[in-house]
Amino acid sequence: AALKDGLRSQVAAALKEGRVTPTELCQRCLALIKSTKFLNAYITVAEETALKQAEESEERHKRGQPLGVLDGIPVAVKDNFNTAGIETTCASNMLRGYISPYNATVVQKLLDQGAVLLGKTNLDEFAMGSGSTDGVFGPVRNPWSYSRQYKEKSVPKSHSEDKESNWVITGGSSGGSAAAVSSFTCFAALGSDTGGSTRNPAAHCGVVGLKPTYGLISRHGLIPLVNSMDVPGILTRCVDDAAVVLGSLAGHDPKDSTTIQEHFKPFELPNLTDVSKLSIGIPKEYHAPGLSSEILALWSKAADLFQNAGAKVVEVSLPHTRYSIVCYHVLCTAEVASNMARFDGLEYGHRSDMKESTESMYAATRREGFNDVVRGRILSGNYFLLKQNYEKYFVKAQKVRRLIADDFVKVFRSGVDILLTPTTLSDAVPYMEFIQEDNRTRSAQDDVLTQAANMAGLPAINVPTALSERGLPVGLQFIGRSFQEKQLLTVAKWFEKQVQFPMIQLEVVKRHDNGVFQHQKSASFS
Amino acid sequence: LAPWIPVVGLEIHAQISSNSKLFSGSQVQFAAPPNSLVSFFDASLPGTLPVLNRRCVEAAVMTGLALNCSINKKSLFDRKHYFYADLPAGYQITQQRVPIAVNGSLSYILCIDNKMSQMVTKTVRIKQIQLEQDSGKSLHDDTRSQTLVDLNRAGVGLMEVVMEPDMCCGEEAAAAVRELQLILQTLGSSQAVMAEGQLRVDANVSVHHPGEPYGVRTEVKNINSLRFLAKAVDYEIQRQIEELENGGTVLNETRAFDSKLGCTVPMRDKEGKQDYRFMPEPNLPPLILYDAKSLPANMNHQQVINIDWIHERLPDLPSVKREKLVEQYGILPEHSFALLNEDGLAEFFESVVKQTRMKPKKVIGWILNNLLSYLKQHSLTVKESPVSSFLLADLLNLLEKKEISSTAARQVLAELWKGEGKTPLEIVKEQKLELLQDQKELEEICQAVIDGQENE
Repeated sequence: AALKDGLRSQVAAALKEGRVTPTELCQRCLALIKSTKFLNAYITVAEETALKQAEESEERHKRGQPLGVLDGIPVAVKDNFNTAGIETTCASNMLRGYISPYNATVVQKLLDQGAVLLGKTNLDEFAMGSGSTDGVFGPVRNPWSYSRQYKEKSVPKSHSEDKESNWVITGGSSGGSAAAVSSFTCFAALGSDTGGSTRNPAAHCGVVGLKPTYGLISRHGLIPLVNSMDVPGILTRCVDDAAVVLGSLAGHDPKDSTTIQEHFKPFELPNLTDVSKLSIGIPKEYHAPGLSSEILALWSKAADLFQNAGAKVVEVSLPHTRYSIVCYHVLCTAEVASNMARFDGLEYGHRSDMKESTESMYAATRREGFNDVVRGRILSGNYFLLKQNYEKYFVKAQKVRRLIADDFVKVFRSGVDILLTPTTLSDAVPYMEFIQEDNRTRSAQDDVLTQAANMAGLPAINVPTALSERGLPVGLQFIGRSFQEKQLLTVAKWFEKQVQFPMIQLEVVKRHDNGVFQHQKSASFS
Repeated sequence: LAPWIPVVGLEIHAQISSNSKLFSGSQVQFAAPPNSLVSFFDASLPGTLPVLNRRCVEAAVMTGLALNCSINKKSLFDRKHYFYADLPAGYQITQQRVPIAVNGSLSYILCIDNKMSQMVTKTVRIKQIQLEQDSGKSLHDDTRSQTLVDLNRAGVGLMEVVMEPDMCCGEEAAAAVRELQLILQTLGSSQAVMAEGQLRVDANVSVHHPGEPYGVRTEVKNINSLRFLAKAVDYEIQRQIEELENGGTVLNETRAFDSKLGCTVPMRDKEGKQDYRFMPEPNLPPLILYDAKSLPANMNHQQVINIDWIHERLPDLPSVKREKLVEQYGILPEHSFALLNEDGLAEFFESVVKQTRMKPKKVIGWILNNLLSYLKQHSLTVKESPVSSFLLADLLNLLEKKEISSTAARQVLAELWKGEGKTPLEIVKEQKLELLQDQKELEEICQAVIDGQENE
């Protein structure tokens, strides 16, 4: 079986039929992780426990009793999800060495389905950032930097220039998870999405990135950034896989009071052939300043694709889009300031050696434990929450948030089913270029297209669409109605089939194929 | 000299009597080994989320109804931020914007000049009741320059009851709190034992001249009993008056009551004004309560609280019980007040009345004068009384049947306190305390006494 294959088409069947064993699959993924270590996608590789889980899965398969379609499937989880017995760091010195005593609900669900947890992936510290470059374990490298497609297109500036120095970023903050899926080290990975942190790296790494509706998937055990916007995100190589993972994770969790009560029914995605009843909205405000002409053209082409296939494609307006970045900044920093208050060095995590007084210990611990990005947001957030500022900033931002959410309600009420927008302003930039600007500037720029969906709590998905002139992935985003993931994914799946996004050609992956790979397959499955 | 009007308001924190904490499943228990009742959420482990405890909400609704409050059908939770060792999350979850109950009142009884016969009913307005988390405990070890933190109490549910500044002295404050205590204990929403920290009172005190605006107020904390509450409030009133009459000013500060010295002292910790940076608690949706009218038809019974249902099941409050006792037994109001003021005493009294033919009006004397004073002398509760209601009723029956005199009855009672298991009749026989009914025998004795006298 090919590592590249989707869950349902080959691997799950292969496991069931015994053509490949969970242990083999696990070993192969672990070996590939080792060979792709230069990507820095993983912070912790849980080799022993993964192999043990694989063995247990093997037992079940031998008995003919697999737990489900995820049994034996290697997965990875972003390092801001609690995993019992496995270090959870949030890529921060504050939690270096922190071993949580409990599993996040989504982690537990994956394990209960028999998935094999390979390890914890890299991110921006505490999920703050859009590059996966600001964690204490260093930046994540986009696997496409090493693809034949990118290398063919990149012109070396001089012979002596290090080939390695023009590697591109993954985007963020779930860059490690996106890179892990993109480089075939796992079949699915969990990320988190607060302002675009799953969709952004998905677009840059050429994978599917799903942000579910707020309240559909439990946040219990996800170390929060902004409680009122965070969702667990799903990264896979095809839309069908995302639907499968969604099915195993969604539903009410009594431990998370913000999950919906209604019973969730996992669904199979129909193979949509007729889009004539569909109405696709193109929000004009998403033609944002800085949008590359390449992506603009691709977006337009996609709209034409739907129209030519018989769908109704209309321009719509979400007039408050331009306020969302500023609004997000206020609300995000306020919640960050609050959520980070618990890191005082007393109960867990880093504690400074400073012993003069409790106060000085707190101050030193937090200065040592947090990077500048985190500390900057805490300071801003505390400022906005001061009594004299609360009305002007926090309450005002909440009101603007309501307006932003209402924009979407109005548009969906007017008959539009799905919105089609770009996911990012451009393809992935080289790391050296990315770090020229600070985190705050970058985040403000890069979140523009993704962040309103978090404000409104809506489901959204990045679907890899085409390669840029530089040979790097570009994705497009679909935004759906609240809790209408089935419709959203159905449309996304149709689109995925139309565009036939090319498979990444990675030398290192070929080496691990051991000739068991079939000929190159595209990412679409019929 | 112009008269001073003291103004006293109270903020009372009552620990909710429940099996588990307000937002987590760990147990609520007094004096458990340190850090043995701490869930992941209580310890603020990253990624944990609050889940509201239904019983705590019911307790707050019951208390609100008992205090004549409007119950807010929608109330909200907020975070109140400050750094302290016993507050693991760096914030407390409370209800600052919209609490669960507002605008109530509490009637309490004040005894004028300590004479039980002159009782006045006073009222204090209840501003609001809010649900919030208790903090853990820190123990400062100055010799080793360390602070030890015990999180057992962190996250236990509290009802904060805010009483408007309608009181004027320590006695009123203590009487109001006493009545609140009895109400809470009757409802079962809090055990309200001050000594165990289940009821904590902070007093807000200020003074002003009639016709002038309210003066600057101070907050007095660290009050551990009703007696100290009265003392602390009265001391603070005096202190402020003296300060102002000497040309000084009253600072808006927090002071602690020093029970050994009997005075209030400024608290070092609270320097400068704290900005708590209140923010809505994003992990808890608004708390929605229903009544019979608004209850949706197909709601899961487990998931909703019906205010009317709770209202229907409220037990008789102390004030109602007192009236009933007066009506039913013909005792005086001050008697019923005293009966309800001691845990278990009213039940004891009623039990005795049931088992004896003696009129309740006479029984009450034995209960309040003899039984109660004995218990007080020996610091016993009614439950711990060596004399059961059965034994006392037995004794009172002998008295009622005129088999013994009241003097003899007191003697028997004194013997019964020893708790040696003898019945009143046995003691009477032992000590030959029977009243002689036989006319002839009496004459003989009298004659013998007279004869004896003549011989001298």
